[in-house]
Amino acid sequence: MTEIAEPMPTAMPVSLHTGDAATKRLKARYAAERRFRLYGILAILFACSMLVILLSTLLKEGTSAFFQTEVKLAVTIDAGTIDPQGTGNPAEWDRGAFQTLVTDALYKAFPDVTGRTEKRDLRGLVSPVAGVRLGQMLDKNPALVGQTIEVWLPASDGINQIVKGGIDRDLPEIERPINDKQLAWFDSLQQRGDVKSAFNTTFFTASDSNYPELAGLLGAAVGTLLTMLVTLAISLPIGVAAAVYLEEFAPKNRFTEIIEVNINNLAAVPSIVFGLLGLAVFLNFFGMPRSAPLVGGLVLGLLVLPTIIIASRAALKAVPPSIREAALGMGASRLQTVMHHVLPLAMPGIMTGTIIGMAHAVGETAPLLMIGMNAFVTSAPDSLLASSSVLPVQIFIWADKPERGFVELTSAAILVLLAFLILMNGAAIWLRKKFERRW
Amino acid sequence: MDSMTLNKPVQAAVTQPVKVSARDVKVYYGAKRALHGVNVDIYQNEVLAMIGPSGCGKSTFLRTLNRMNDTIDICRVEGKILLDGEDIYDPKLDVVQLRARVGMVFQKPNPFPKSIYENVIYGPKLHGLATRKDEFDAIVETSLKRAGLWNEVKDRLHEPGTGLSGGQQQRLCIARAVAVSPEVILMDEPCSALDPIATAHIEELIDELRESFTIAIVTHNMQQAARVSQRTAFFHLGDLVEVGDTEEIFTNPRDERTQGYITGRYG
Repeated sequence: MTEIAEPMPTAMPVSLHTGDAATKRLKARYAAERRFRLYGILAILFACSMLVILLSTLLKEGTSAFFQTEVKLAVTIDAGTIDPQGTGNPAEWDRGAFQTLVTDALYKAFPDVTGRTEKRDLRGLVSPVAGVRLGQMLDKNPALVGQTIEVWLPASDGINQIVKGGIDRDLPEIERPINDKQLAWFDSLQQRGDVKSAFNTTFFTASDSNYPELAGLLGAAVGTLLTMLVTLAISLPIGVAAAVYLEEFAPKNRFTEIIEVNINNLAAVPSIVFGLLGLAVFLNFFGMPRSAPLVGGLVLGLLVLPTIIIASRAALKAVPPSIREAALGMGASRLQTVMHHVLPLAMPGIMTGTIIGMAHAVGETAPLLMIGMNAFVTSAPDSLLASSSVLPVQIFIWADKPERGFVELTSAAILVLLAFLILMNGAAIWLRKKFERRW
Repeated sequence: MDSMTLNKPVQAAVTQPVKVSARDVKVYYGAKRALHGVNVDIYQNEVLAMIGPSGCGKSTFLRTLNRMNDTIDICRVEGKILLDGEDIYDPKLDVVQLRARVGMVFQKPNPFPKSIYENVIYGPKLHGLATRKDEFDAIVETSLKRAGLWNEVKDRLHEPGTGLSGGQQQRLCIARAVAVSPEVILMDEPCSALDPIATAHIEELIDELRESFTIAIVTHNMQQAARVSQRTAFFHLGDLVEVGDTEEIFTNPRDERTQGYITGRYG
């Protein structure tokens, strides 16, 4: 310390931290920092552009599925045709006869069409299942029987695609499902103002179907909902209880260490393995029904259990130990300490982890294929044991179908699934903000 | 080393009955021994200060008095600690009841992240000391008054206790501890996180609380020990080196280690 007291030399030597070499070092550091920032920005831009590409493709493909072309026809509801026994009871109606009513109405609209092939082509304008829609209308309003009514009925998939531009009408006749004659009839319908594009309510009110114009997501959505309920009911209590025990009560020894390692490994097990487990245990051993939301929920519950345990343990660990000491020092038992103080403080973190886990489960397909949730189910499940599908599996099924109509339905279903996920993540953020306490 | 002879409790200046008495208390953390046989008596309505350099075992000893060390898996206690002549390490003894009789105030103010009111009634609620709203109200008022906090917070009892200043939080913790009417209050460096004014406030409070409670306080601050305590115990490397009247310890220590510490030769 004595050197400081000595007088400074008059000619200061260049310090290590000024001068040319130092400036160069400084420049190099700035350049490195700029470079690193650039990498970061590039990474984010890349991720964002991928997201934009994904969403724009889906929107381009999918939005048209929310609209459906409908044709107006004057249908005469002949009581003798649909109700040959004359019971007047809608349950006794001949369901197949409604399609006949629709085709009769078509023939009337184009009276100069006579030949057999021509008539068949004419029938190709409307959906082969338009009669089902007509039947549903009459179910709601049986008083219409015997009258002639103007109804909007779904056009066939080919017409639908021509209107939406999914199929180019300028293609050679041989390459499109709609021939020139059909196009001409359709154009004359359009001139009469008997064609419109309506919101596709069927998409949200119907379940799977072999006809894209009749297929909807309701069954899969209800199936997803039921499955998620089971998943939540299984994984949340078990996960939180396991996390609380491991974090707050379990002695730290070799045995608990092994359990911990196993839980972490379980989180990384491929999901299809859980499907095989579900198949072997729930279906084969316990004899539960195939394709049921109960089994799907159990399998997905096991799948997200490790995620919930890990997230809950992290949340419990983040509670300051001073809170535990305070409670223990007041004479609370360890259980009371956990229940009164630690768990409520960890709750936002636990809920976030749970919802993230559930969001993971919502999009899971592979394990559900193993337990038969890819069954063709045309009605929404009414119980946990009924056959059902779920959103991602429905997407998987539709993606496999060749009809152009199902291509757009697939994209639309993905959009609905994404909306589901955004909703769940939003809920996670909202819950965390709401229950977060500051200290 | 003949610290055993020095360890004998000094009784001359005190006329109160013994409240807590430690006999040959040894504490182990795993294989390591942190306390090597401590013998000390704490008399009713006195303030016993425990001083010593960091890591000397004074906090460890304090925590054996209400069995807070139980929460550490590898910690093991040998010897006897008697509260009113009853061994608190008796397996039949209920720890919850013990901690109701021996309250604790920690180094860092640690109010629950709840309202001031809920902080104070937590103990009474836990031990079923009150059931009706007016009883709880009365407990809150007397406890906060005893902790010298009532006038500052009476208009915002339902605001979070964590919103108070550091000194107020520590007094809230004291109010929370006295709310269950304990017999002994343990304080583990209660002022180390506080500024001098808040410290002075707490020190005054300790002197008032002595009338109703027996207090054992661990402190790093020797002036504080001198100001608040009647008797002082000096710990060094896991040994209780010397215990006696505070005045005597600070003016005329018998052991040279004590003398070295209080004169600042090490610490």
